[in-house]
Amino acid sequence: MYAYIIRRLAWAVVLLFVISAVTFAIFFLIPRLLGSSAETLATRYVGRSATPETVAAVSEKLGFNDPLYVQYGTWVKGIFTGAEYDYGSGVERCPAPCLGYSFITRQPVLPDLLDRAPVTFSLAIGAAVLWLFFGVAIGVLSALRRGTFFDRAAMGLALAGVSLPIFWTGLMGLAFFSYKWDITAKGSAYTPLLENPVDWAYSLLLPWVTLAFLFSAQYARLTRAGMLETMNEDYIRTARAKGLPERTVVVKHGLRGALTPIVTIFGLDFGLLIGGAVLTESTFGLHGLGEYAVLAIRANDLPKILGVTILAALFVVIANLIVDLLYAVVDPRVRIK
Amino acid sequence: MTERVLVDGATPTSQPTHFLEVRDLRVHFPTDDGLVKSVDGLTFHLDRGQTLGIVGESGSGKSVTSLSIMGLHKRGVAKLTGEVWLDGQELIAADPEEVRDLRGKEMAMIFQDPLSAMHPYYTVGNQIIEAYRVHNDVSKAVAKKHAIDLLGRVGIPEPHRRVDSYPHEYSGGMRQRAMIAMALSCDPDLLIADEPTTALDVTVQAQILDLIRDLQRDFNAAVIIITHDLGVVAELADDILVMYGGRAAEYASAASIFNHPEHPYTWGLLGSMPRMDRARTDRLIPIKGTPPSLINLPLGCAFNPRCEYAGRTDGLATSERPELAENGAEAAHLVACHLPPDERRRIWSEEIQPKL
Repeated sequence: MYAYIIRRLAWAVVLLFVISAVTFAIFFLIPRLLGSSAETLATRYVGRSATPETVAAVSEKLGFNDPLYVQYGTWVKGIFTGAEYDYGSGVERCPAPCLGYSFITRQPVLPDLLDRAPVTFSLAIGAAVLWLFFGVAIGVLSALRRGTFFDRAAMGLALAGVSLPIFWTGLMGLAFFSYKWDITAKGSAYTPLLENPVDWAYSLLLPWVTLAFLFSAQYARLTRAGMLETMNEDYIRTARAKGLPERTVVVKHGLRGALTPIVTIFGLDFGLLIGGAVLTESTFGLHGLGEYAVLAIRANDLPKILGVTILAALFVVIANLIVDLLYAVVDPRVRIK
Repeated sequence: MTERVLVDGATPTSQPTHFLEVRDLRVHFPTDDGLVKSVDGLTFHLDRGQTLGIVGESGSGKSVTSLSIMGLHKRGVAKLTGEVWLDGQELIAADPEEVRDLRGKEMAMIFQDPLSAMHPYYTVGNQIIEAYRVHNDVSKAVAKKHAIDLLGRVGIPEPHRRVDSYPHEYSGGMRQRAMIAMALSCDPDLLIADEPTTALDVTVQAQILDLIRDLQRDFNAAVIIITHDLGVVAELADDILVMYGGRAAEYASAASIFNHPEHPYTWGLLGSMPRMDRARTDRLIPIKGTPPSLINLPLGCAFNPRCEYAGRTDGLATSERPELAENGAEAAHLVACHLPPDERRRIWSEEIQPKL
């Protein structure tokens, strides 16, 4: 079991290197292919008023003239040893682990990311609790009352939830719940959990509900399909034959059997979400990782893009690993000896 | 086979005289294609310590019968009428919660495929513990000890260790033993085994049947064995009920059925059963045709399209449904057939028996 975990972790590290190399290549190569030279890149960072000599010097010092693999090597090295960047006007330090250094804002990327991660985490965790609860509960009830009005209404709502984009439901939510009825916070009002838990929940309530609506829909459909299948299994009949109360039959035997795909999808969804809920954060003006990524892309700030991509990839890889380990817990048949 | 209450003689509301009495049980399923009469007027009874074999092809209604007794039919879909008396209590009209409480405690069931019938995500021990604790207010530790005892009793080696194994870690025969242990966990008075050996290796089948027989003696339970294999009930059953198209075709003691079966369908079942004492070159005699649709049963005797002797009934076989009645010789041997009793017996002894 431990050997398996270690092996998986090793693979995760390899995977992260591959992802970083590919991202690096995409964001550093494509500008070149489109005609940018080392000088034009450097110009963006030192300002247009600089003399060609300054630009050339900065370009040289920041390593833009080096071959791609050297630049990538420098970036990787920065993660372990930190990095220094010399603009000519003094040396800027990026302490280890240096996940990149923005030449535009002249700041290391990692502190920014760490600053914003709690917002995204809070958003993701709250929404996940809501969507797991409601999605699974509605899915189970729908399956048990298949074909009834409840089932049809729930599945209709689920279809709407899956189809409606978050920037529409989010804006509608803001328009009615925040501005018309004044029930929820009016966006951009994130309070850290440790500062004031009530304000924290209040500020995130609408984003949670909006995000959960989208995901619950998907989970309700998934749970319903799974339950329809497991409730026809022979072991459900056995559970009833033992004289178990119907509630136990449904939850302990039926739902337990339908849990595997839900756990899988949940791990992936959650991993993806904590890497940045781009649309939700943008809609509600939350300064999380997703918004950071959008801003970085808009500003063409390559080190930031790379940093946030790597972090998101790390979350997905970890989530994947946890899902695989959870498999063994959920389904003893795949337990690793 | 003690005094048998005649089908016609039993008044529907009289108090039961047997441990289990099923009276005029009908299980109908309304579907878009029509009314499926899975069980259509079935009457039988069983005493403690006795074994009844219910025999028939797929779709003859034997499994539906057992599920109905257990109250495991699809509620809201199946339409049940008739009476099921278990130990003096009527179950069909009873509150489903009461029946649930009896399930597992008074009556338990063993299913055909122990792999799919056990939950793959829980250990065998936990599943037995669960069955025991629904009906007995004991601690987990006590229940586990009980589960280990039971597993040992049904012949699982090293039960204290195997109790923590998952069903997929058991072999097929072991799983069925565990299933039996689970069914016996609350010491039920009625045990229904629905094709208990069908999914098992031939070498294991006999062991499981022996086990059921031994346990029945120990627990003094009434046992219903449902099977399509006359060989299975030959060893175990005191009485045999042959079902066809949702109704009883023949109902008599096992000895009587095997020595002089009366119904052409029973002859067919016997003919399609391999026997050790028959030359290997002899071919098995299959019953021609397929089981009837339970929506559109053939008019008259449901078996008439497949019956070689339907022509010898003066047309009755295709016009009138035969009722289960005495065969004319023994009061205890009931058969639903239009063939005149003498003719029946002549066909059996002259045409059928020599070929078996």
